[in-house]
Amino acid sequence: MDMTPSDTTPASEGRLHTALRTGRFAVTAEIGPPRGADAGAIADKAEILRDWVDAANITDNQGSHTRLASWAGSILAMRSGVEPVMQLTTRDRNRIALQSDLISASAVGIPNVLMLSGDHPSFGDHPEAMPVFDLDSVQLIWAAKLMRDQGRLLSGKPVKPAPRWLIGAVENPFAPPLRFRAQRMGKKVAAGAEFIQTQFVFDLEIFTRWMAEVADLGLEQRCGVIAGVGPIRSVRAMEFMQSKVPGIQIPDQVVRRMRGVAAEQVAAEGMGLCVETIQALRQTTGVAGVHVMAFGHERVVPELLERAGIPSRTASAIGTGVDDDAR
Amino acid sequence: MYRLHHLLTPNLANRRFARFLERHPRLYRWFTAAEKQAKGSAFGCRMCGQCALPATGYACPMTCPKQLRNGPCGGVSATGTCEVYPDQQCVWVAAYERAEQEGRVQDLTLLQRPIDHREWGKSSWVNYWQGRDDDLWTPDDGLTRTHLVLTDLSSSNGRPNT
Repeated sequence: MDMTPSDTTPASEGRLHTALRTGRFAVTAEIGPPRGADAGAIADKAEILRDWVDAANITDNQGSHTRLASWAGSILAMRSGVEPVMQLTTRDRNRIALQSDLISASAVGIPNVLMLSGDHPSFGDHPEAMPVFDLDSVQLIWAAKLMRDQGRLLSGKPVKPAPRWLIGAVENPFAPPLRFRAQRMGKKVAAGAEFIQTQFVFDLEIFTRWMAEVADLGLEQRCGVIAGVGPIRSVRAMEFMQSKVPGIQIPDQVVRRMRGVAAEQVAAEGMGLCVETIQALRQTTGVAGVHVMAFGHERVVPELLERAGIPSRTASAIGTGVDDDAR
Repeated sequence: MYRLHHLLTPNLANRRFARFLERHPRLYRWFTAAEKQAKGSAFGCRMCGQCALPATGYACPMTCPKQLRNGPCGGVSATGTCEVYPDQQCVWVAAYERAEQEGRVQDLTLLQRPIDHREWGKSSWVNYWQGRDDDLWTPDDGLTRTHLVLTDLSSSNGRPNT
């Protein structure tokens, strides 16, 4: 597929869309853009992931730290042959700028967008910044669907041609109020979300319960559920995730397991745990794929997937028959 | 709370009263100040002018640091506290608990439309009585509809900027 930035034709169906439509177990990963004006940083990470993922999220000033923009990172990822999922938070832009970015994304051929509220500025490098939050994530997803399917802006003005991308969202099954989380995903599906990526799954019990509630509402039939996973690399990294990253919950048995091995064994133990989690998720009814978050450790993603029995995308593209898992 | 709300339900009398207030700017200001005082002390009201309280378990979503009107963000801690103010309970955890007690959880599944920022500081009671808040949220959870109306494309409700 020719997806150079100069290509202004609307994106044809992307790899992620195809995977979700056909029921092939989808794999997405994450590329965090650099702080510097460094196109090579995206290319390097894309190079590692290219053969292994259907698409990679390009984060939008992750953790409220200023970085290269997600639209620019998405274009750079496409240049390196990786299909992007352009993240867009409501933290930094009002509805005028958000809709503008959504139109632009389609014009340069970005096939997937994912909308979320985003971390509060108080977590980032500019805690004194104005938090915008003009729209919330549900409202932005709703606006995106209005733009694409009805060719209108929130103002009612026409958008011609209408943008074309797959609409993504996020959900955290592990954050209170737990009993509301499936219904909250339902609001995003009603608004227009076609795939949803979850927060890190470390607690399979809570995840399975949430997934059952999602299935009770029939949501997984209308919206691909892509479960978030990632390897714990060290005890320090685990403590950082628990205390400094909002919304990540690591159950006691995982903490004990990581603390129970020698310091130099933690990374291997974390990889093992992540492989087991991916395998368990593949067996969980309604799970359409995994989203691998290995910020700063992208190089371990191919090994993780291979050990979990998920073949490289090139292997599945030539039809080796290895990739036989239907939903 | 839900019972008290019946006193505010729009009727001919309060609609007339609202129109009267809008014709008399000084009375409108006094009335708005009284509303701010009452709802400020009871709910921490920020005077967005487009009150969502009846559909949010009477927890004000505008007191959320992200002003999320459609439910909690993903940053709520395991104990139910806010990611920005760890010593405070998440507004939406409070909303859910109250709605559950009252058997009103379905209210939280309604989709809240984007607000009009020109209404800040105005009286939401006057807006409510005048019928301007009729479309703040959807009539149901929208999951059984093919088209969920986000904005009135004929642009007659005065909300969309023309």
